[in-house]
Amino acid sequence: MTNAATTLRTSGRHFRAERFDYGSFFFTGLTGLATVIILAILATILLNILLNGWDGLSWRFISTIPKKDFFDPDTTGILPMIIGTTFRVLVMTIFVIPVGVITAVYLTEYAPHNSPLTRIIRGAVNNLAGVPSIVFGLFGAGFFINFIGRNLDVALQSAKPTWGQPALVWASLTLAVMTLPVVIVATEESLKAIPPGLREASLALGATKLETILKIVLPQALPGIMTGGILAVSRAAGEVAPILFTGVAYYMASLPTRPTDQFMDLGYHVYVLSTQSPNIEATRPILYATVLVLLVLTFALNFGAIVIRARVRKKLRALH
Amino acid sequence: MQRLHQDKGRRTLGWLGIHRGHRARPLEWVVEKLIFGVSLSAILVIFLIFLFVAREALPIFLGRMDSAPVQRVIPVEEMDKLSPEELRRYLDLTEKQQARMDRETLRSLMEIKLEALNEIPEEFRTDQDARLNTTQWRYLLFPHQWTEYSKPEYIWQPIGNIRKYNVVPLIVGSLKTTLIGLIFSVPLAVLAAIYVSQLARPRVRELTKPAIELLSGIPSVVVGVFALLVMATVLQRLFGYETRLNAFVAGIALGFAVIPIVFSIAEDALTSVPQTYTQGALALGASKWQAAWQIVLPAALPGVFAAVVLGFGRAIGETMIVLMVCSASVVSWSFFDSARSITTTIAAEMAEAVAGGPHYRILFMLGAVLFAVTFLANLAGDLIIHRLKGRLEGQRG
Amino acid sequence: MVETVLPKISFAAPDAAEPAAGPSAQLIEVENLCLFYGPSKALKDIHLRINERVVTAFIGPSGCGKSTLLRCFNRMNDLIDGVRIEGSVRIGGHDIHGPDVDVIELRKRVGMVFQKSNPFPKSIYDNIAYALRLQGVRQKSGLDAIVEESLRRAALWEEVKDRLHTSALGLSGGQQQRVCIARAIAIKPEIILMDEPASALDPIATARIEDLILDLKKEYTIVIVTHNMQQAARISDFTAFFYLGELIEFDRTRKIFTHPTKKQTEDYVTGRFG
Repeated sequence: MTNAATTLRTSGRHFRAERFDYGSFFFTGLTGLATVIILAILATILLNILLNGWDGLSWRFISTIPKKDFFDPDTTGILPMIIGTTFRVLVMTIFVIPVGVITAVYLTEYAPHNSPLTRIIRGAVNNLAGVPSIVFGLFGAGFFINFIGRNLDVALQSAKPTWGQPALVWASLTLAVMTLPVVIVATEESLKAIPPGLREASLALGATKLETILKIVLPQALPGIMTGGILAVSRAAGEVAPILFTGVAYYMASLPTRPTDQFMDLGYHVYVLSTQSPNIEATRPILYATVLVLLVLTFALNFGAIVIRARVRKKLRALH
Repeated sequence: MQRLHQDKGRRTLGWLGIHRGHRARPLEWVVEKLIFGVSLSAILVIFLIFLFVAREALPIFLGRMDSAPVQRVIPVEEMDKLSPEELRRYLDLTEKQQARMDRETLRSLMEIKLEALNEIPEEFRTDQDARLNTTQWRYLLFPHQWTEYSKPEYIWQPIGNIRKYNVVPLIVGSLKTTLIGLIFSVPLAVLAAIYVSQLARPRVRELTKPAIELLSGIPSVVVGVFALLVMATVLQRLFGYETRLNAFVAGIALGFAVIPIVFSIAEDALTSVPQTYTQGALALGASKWQAAWQIVLPAALPGVFAAVVLGFGRAIGETMIVLMVCSASVVSWSFFDSARSITTTIAAEMAEAVAGGPHYRILFMLGAVLFAVTFLANLAGDLIIHRLKGRLEGQRG
Repeated sequence: MVETVLPKISFAAPDAAEPAAGPSAQLIEVENLCLFYGPSKALKDIHLRINERVVTAFIGPSGCGKSTLLRCFNRMNDLIDGVRIEGSVRIGGHDIHGPDVDVIELRKRVGMVFQKSNPFPKSIYDNIAYALRLQGVRQKSGLDAIVEESLRRAALWEEVKDRLHTSALGLSGGQQQRVCIARAIAIKPEIILMDEPASALDPIATARIEDLILDLKKEYTIVIVTHNMQQAARISDFTAFFYLGELIEFDRTRKIFTHPTKKQTEDYVTGRFG
């Protein structure tokens, strides 16, 4: 055994490394460091907002309708912004969830697998996900307001422009278009996770494809659809650029009640506070408190959706 | 029809139904066609975006607008000598508006225009710039020496007497911030993707991946505030430059928003590389990092490249972060000065632009160009990923 | 003509009586059937007549096409992209691929039980009531009666009668498969197709299912695919042996296992290959 000239890098009978593996250490360290840095960035942002915003937060702050001067910490409030953001997001879900779920159902259950049309639809969905948010704003102004809104006014013979100008409904539709890919992807994911055996069983019992989808597949996919809805809401609540030209207002004396009303918005308010405040130091606490509220709204939703998704995945694995 | 069983109440196979098929279930057929129709919505929307954004910008693209404040004065009597197109341009109307007006109305418009032109102050009339149609492509893209300037400059200044619409400073501004953003975020994101996908223990991976993706759940206004209040000061102290709010800070903040995207796609590409590659390398005595660096990363390289392309698309399209950090409109080539990007310009100036006017249309044109750029970037990224996945999955098992 | 000595196979099932004389005794008629997955031919020129109210077993090594043929009978192959059929399958005298045939109605008459039990993630009651509700049976009393009857026929009633509204997924593998059988017979099909129904089950559960099949054959025509020859011998009246997409031999079970005509059949049943 010992006279064989087979000494490779393992000397003798043990398998210990000869020297310290610098490369491995360095490389793993480098990549690990990068990961840590990213997580640190996340933590820093969150902590900074939390710590600074906590003091400025109060029940009065959340529930007051402010007067035109936003910058006075003692009298200002953000109730209309919270309501505005909530309304526009809710109206958005009315539009985006049906369209998104139907499209995902088509793509998963009906579309022939390799047809060019299917690939184009998928390509369009992916592309939509990457369109800049400001372009959506322009689209909202150019299509919904200038085209549909104006023609609606003409058709209804409105005395003064009601539909052909920035409004809650147009902003919501713009956001629906923007978050469509989110709902489609989440729904598709949950549909694909359903084992094909269930569909086969239903069809073998003489159910039609549509009945199978409505009675077996969609109920199973419901948590995933919900996740998609929550992600869409979370994303839309934080976006400001698409609503700049489609419905947000600097100041509204009353809360929005009709779809043709304009509205105030948390994200937009953050922007206004930070760039137009006469005294940034005095406005700081209000600013941070508003940001905290916005963050709680969007982040908590996002987080919740991810948790639901992880749990649903575990449950579905048991089905297989 | 043969009856097979005589049991009462049992349908027989003899009756398999005549004239069945989809004609028997018209409701379902309709519903399925509806489902198909709705699914075309994604394609429809992309098409509509193209259409309606470009539509508002069309006059600029076709060179049909004239923004010169001083124009050749046309006496009212000569109205009939003009072709309808020339008349339309002179009076600055859209075709629809012109079609709706009768001769009397057009005549009075001409008289109004005559008065307005005569009211232009004398010094202004002699300014040769005043006769320029600044919406022509020549002025949009190339430098021009305006009065009171010593050499040709690229200037974007849409307010004032002579509107200057050169878009080069905006493009430079966009590219500046995007470049900084990518230089900052891509190495971090790719290295982290390698770690999480190849080197980390499964438990760590389960926690870290969603955590990093949580970063994308922070709205860009929030990142903007953070950059404005915290990062700007910190970075200024670190690097000691003059302007506190500049393209550099905006770029880094932009990077924060881009990291999750690049990470997500790169990690996905790395994980798609079949385990058999890694296991083969490990079985030959390679360490984990050698396998990752020499085998997996090269195999997934197209995916990483696609991640960068898509990150670029996101960075160049981001509005709020840069809007909040760089509100000043200085146009310079230095990274440490403020910058106006395409997106922030559209966002900030649209409210003041007269609907239908040259400023308005140029902003829409910028939007159309931005859309085209990101559309191509997304298309490229998608195709690369699609082909990579096809190649990798074909080699699986 | 070859006398073979087979290791102890017990023919527990009594021989099926002679097929009933009279018309339409052949329930399923397969003629010149060829099936293509894209370019490759999975079934080659199959010729077969399956009788009513008997158990017919399809046997053969993996990949020989027996499951594929089974799935032709309720046109489940339609769900696969790129499948093409030549030849005909007639059930009760009607070509099931005819232009005026509603495949949904076909599947209500020809039920199927799958290899891997696939109860819906609903309660046991709802699993069985599913297809009934689709057909318009809505009254609780009617549903209750049929659910109980189906569970009794599936030999499951006593075990689950107290937890009808709990999830079907909470049952053991064998019980789940019996739920699937109950579900299939609830709508009273004429034919039941079984694709290796017991292959994923332990011997005790398997034995139960086999007893069930012997009981069901009094009312239903059963075609069962199995790779377990002993099972085929135990419960079937007729057996068809397939190899590489072709029907090699079809005859009474006893004959197939004792004096098979073709050498290939003999090799398979004596375990020389497969």
